[in-house]
Amino acid sequence: MIFLAKITIGLKEGMLNPEAMAISHALGNLGFPTDDIRTERVFLIRFDAADHRDAEEKARGMCERLLANPVIHHYEIEVHR
Amino acid sequence: MRFAVIQFGGSNCDRDAHYALSEICGVDTDLLWYKEGLPRAYDAVIIPGGFSYGDYLRAGAIAARTPAMKDIIAHAARGGLVLGICNGAQILAESGLVPGVFTINAYPAFICREVYLRVDQTASPFTSLYRPGEVIRIPIAHKEGRYVAPGTVIRELEGEGRIAFRFCSPEGDLTPESNPNGAMGSITGVLNREKNILAMMPHPERASELILGSEDGKKVFLSMIAHIERSGST
Repeated sequence: MIFLAKITIGLKEGMLNPEAMAISHALGNLGFPTDDIRTERVFLIRFDAADHRDAEEKARGMCERLLANPVIHHYEIEVHR
Repeated sequence: MRFAVIQFGGSNCDRDAHYALSEICGVDTDLLWYKEGLPRAYDAVIIPGGFSYGDYLRAGAIAARTPAMKDIIAHAARGGLVLGICNGAQILAESGLVPGVFTINAYPAFICREVYLRVDQTASPFTSLYRPGEVIRIPIAHKEGRYVAPGTVIRELEGEGRIAFRFCSPEGDLTPESNPNGAMGSITGVLNREKNILAMMPHPERASELILGSEDGKKVFLSMIAHIERSGST
């Protein structure tokens, strides 16, 4: 069965996010001040799996072996048919 | 004695490393395209700087998962030396061969300039020719070089003497101003537990001839050569 995994990868709580700081600075310059901005990255991946559980397992494997770096990242997985 | 310099797609300091080893240090050195893996035994493998795979996903992430790394891991498991410079250091961290990660600089700009480093560990195959605490001048050139690791890992590295280099002032002090990328503990050179793998962000091959302003980096290569001479070539 073909599944679509939506994988969201972000920095762990407390990790410095220089990209967000730069964006926050620019937003401030445009009149949108904020001191709370987070950036995340989304991967939409279509692949074959035996069932929903297998698809989640595979998506987790993708995160742990390549997409996320456990030192700095957390990840969330949503799997759809 | 024979060294190898691995070329990934996007490596761009491979020829500099090859030149520093073969022409300046006088050691036989092969340039190897990564798809060849390690076709023979080598005493030392250099993973050079550059932008392997365009730094897609994270710097070093994709190169770290190529089949060539299996050969390099096997070489290291046999006690062979592995030196990762800049992108090579990122690849070693992404491979898990050294702990932690080299990630985007605290001020997210590409920094290319000379910096001062303090040699914190001279009991390693890469640093034995330096004096303990010696301050050396070597360039950096990176945007993703800020060393980050959990506090427990930092304490372990410190306890086991696995920090080879830290950014410092010209006097050897660790100050925020002398830490160009915001690295934890100003760390920029990390050894594995067995001390036969070194991941360093600064470029010793760019500081191996006086005509380039400094030859402070040459002792990294000469230390490796001296270590291999002492322990016997493969």
